[in-house]
Amino acid sequence: MLTLENIIEELQNYDGKPIKIMEVCGTHTASIFKNGIRSLISDKIKLISGPGCPVCVTTPSYIDRLAEISLMPDCCVLTFGDMMKVKGSEMSLTEAKAAGGDVRILYSPLMSIKIAQENPNKEFVFAAVGFETTAPIYAILMEEIEKNSIKNLRLLTSLKTIVPALSFVCEAEKNIDAFLCPGHVSVIIGADAYIELAERYRKPFVVAGFEGEHILSAVYEIVLQLEAGEHKMKNMYKNAVSEKGNLIAMEKVNKYFTCADDTWRGIGVIENSALRLRPEFIEYDAGSDIGLEDSGIQMPKGCSCADVILGRINPVECPLFGKTCTPLNAVGPCMVSSEGACGIWYKNRRM
Amino acid sequence: MKIDMAHGSGGNQTTSLINDTFLKCYGNEILSRLEDAAVLSVKGDIAYTTDSFVVTPMFFNGGDIGKIAICGTVNDVAMMGAIPKYLTAGFIIEEGTEIELLESIAISMGKAALEAGVKIVAGDTKVIEGNGGVYINTSGIGEIVKPGVSISNCREGDVVILSGNLGDHHAAIMSVRMGIENNIASDCAPLVSIVKNLIDDGIDIKCMRDVTRGGLATVLNEVSASSGCGVEIYDKNVPVSEEVRGLCDILGLDPYYMANEGKMIAVVPKIQAEQALEAVKKSSYGKNAAIIGEIVPGRGVNAITGLNGVRALDILYGEGLPRIC
Repeated sequence: MLTLENIIEELQNYDGKPIKIMEVCGTHTASIFKNGIRSLISDKIKLISGPGCPVCVTTPSYIDRLAEISLMPDCCVLTFGDMMKVKGSEMSLTEAKAAGGDVRILYSPLMSIKIAQENPNKEFVFAAVGFETTAPIYAILMEEIEKNSIKNLRLLTSLKTIVPALSFVCEAEKNIDAFLCPGHVSVIIGADAYIELAERYRKPFVVAGFEGEHILSAVYEIVLQLEAGEHKMKNMYKNAVSEKGNLIAMEKVNKYFTCADDTWRGIGVIENSALRLRPEFIEYDAGSDIGLEDSGIQMPKGCSCADVILGRINPVECPLFGKTCTPLNAVGPCMVSSEGACGIWYKNRRM
Repeated sequence: MKIDMAHGSGGNQTTSLINDTFLKCYGNEILSRLEDAAVLSVKGDIAYTTDSFVVTPMFFNGGDIGKIAICGTVNDVAMMGAIPKYLTAGFIIEEGTEIELLESIAISMGKAALEAGVKIVAGDTKVIEGNGGVYINTSGIGEIVKPGVSISNCREGDVVILSGNLGDHHAAIMSVRMGIENNIASDCAPLVSIVKNLIDDGIDIKCMRDVTRGGLATVLNEVSASSGCGVEIYDKNVPVSEEVRGLCDILGLDPYYMANEGKMIAVVPKIQAEQALEAVKKSSYGKNAAIIGEIVPGRGVNAITGLNGVRALDILYGEGLPRIC
C-alpha cells in the first residue's frame, strides 16, 4: 500500500520527461497554493491553470449589460460577490454601484425569491454566472419563480459547460500532457463525461478532490499513466463523483436550459458551450444572448488572460502581472476573481 | 423616540441625551462632573491611541458596535505593554436613530469598559442628517507597565503565540450580511487579562499585536517588515473552529485573512514559550491559544502546510468578497 509519504517522495524525485498538467478548476489552483503542492513535487512536473473560473471567462458585454440594468430606474442587479470587480468595456459593477446603480450581493440565488417578493415594484435581474456546478441552483431558482408566480425576477445567464472548453483547449494547445478534472463540476456531470476526451486526445483525464492529498494522488496517477503510455479517464474522487453524475440535478437543468454557442472572454466563441434558458422560458431571460454580439477577444492592451486561460503561459509571464495589473487594480479578469489564476498567483507570488 | 437634529444642538435635548443615556450607562465620578475636559492622573509613560468604528450591521452575534468601540481601543493600548485606564467616546449619530438603540449600544459600552477596567471620562455627541446610522470614535490611554514592547523587536528564535481561534468575528459579520444562519459568534473581547497575565508571569514580551482587519497574515507581514525578519508558521498549529472552516469553504474565505476583534499575537523568547502559552491560556479569552510558529532568518511570511509544503502568505489585497463556486 502506497502511503502519502511514498507518493510525495516519488513526485519529488521524478526525473522523467517534463510533464505539463492543466488543472481546470480555480479551486484546484487555490488548493495547490494553499497546500504548497509545487514545493513538494519535482520541477519537471508543471501545473498550469485552465479555463475553470466562471468570472474570468465572462465577456465585457455581459458586465456592460448588468451595469446598464443596475442604472435603470427601479431595476436591481443581484449577484455573487466575485462579479463586483470585473471590468466591462466601461465599468465594473462596483463602479456602477458607486454611480448610483442598484447592485446587491447575495450568496445564494434562492435568496432572490424573497427579495423579489418583498419589492414588487422593482425589477430584479440575477447575474446567473457559473459552470455546471451552479446551473442546478439556477434551475431550482426557475422552479421557485414559476411556483411562486414571480414576475419581477429574471436571469441574465453566462452559464458555461466544461467539456466543450476542454476540447477547445486540447485542439488549441497540443503540448498539455494531462488534465486534472474539476471536482465540483464532475459531481454534477459525472466522471464518464471525460472518457471520450481521454480517448480522442489520448491524454489522461483524472478527476480529483480538493484536499492536498487528493491532488498529489491525482498527479501521481497522471505520472504513472504517462510513464506507462496510457491515456485513461480515472475517477479519484469517488466519494463525491459518480460515473454518471447527479441525474436529478441534470434533469432539472435540462428542463430549463439548453445548449448554445457562447463567447469566452479572451478565447472567442466555443460551440455548444453555454447553457441558456429554453425558448419556452424566454420571458425570464434578461437578454442573455448579448455575449455573442461581441467577439469577446478584444482584450486590454498587453493583457495575456487568454494565454493564461489556455495554459500557454503562467500568470507571472504576463508583462502586466504585478506591474499595472494587481488585485487592487485588475486589468484582466483572471486577476479579479478569487478563483482566477492571476489573482491566486499574485497572492502567492513570492513562491 | 428617535434622535433628531435638536439632540445635537447643545441645548436641552443634548443634556437629556447625555444624562439619560450616556451617564446612565457608563457614568463615573470623572465623566459625571461634565467639565470641558477630564482631569486625570497617571503613573509614568502612557500609551495613547484612537480608533473609529463604522460597523454594519451594528448588532451581531457576540457583540455590537459599542462593545467593539471599547475593546478595539482598549486592545490597541494594551498591545504596547500598557494597562488601559481611560477612554473618551465621541458619537456621530444620524437623525432617525432610535434612542433605545443608542441606549443598547451605551449599555454594551458600559459593560465592556467595566470588564476591561477602564473609565470613559470624556465624550461628545454630534447629530447629522441621515438615516439611523451610528458612528463611534474612542480614544484611550494606558499606563505602560512593560516598556519596550514593539513590532520591531522580534528576533530569530523567538516564537509566535496566537491567543485563539481565527476568523470568528469576520465569519459572524459575513453571516449576518449574507443572511446565513449559524451559531458563529464574534470573538469581540478586551485582551487586558491576557496582557496582564503575560506581564505578571515575567514574560519578556518582544511584541504584541491584536489581529484585526487584514487578519493574521497581514499582522505577521507587519512583524516581518518592521523587525526585518522572516516568520514561519505551521498550518496545523493555527486554531480555527470547525464552523468557521466550513463557512470559509462555502464562501471561499481564508482564515489567515479574516478579521478578529478579540485575538492577539505575542512574540516571546523561545525559552519562555511554554510559560507564556500557559499565561495566555489562564485568561478565558486565551483558552484556545497555541504556539503557531517562530521568527526565522530572511524576510516575509511562510506557512508550512499540513503536507509539509510551503505556502507564502502575503498581506491582504482588497476586500474578501464571497466567490461563486
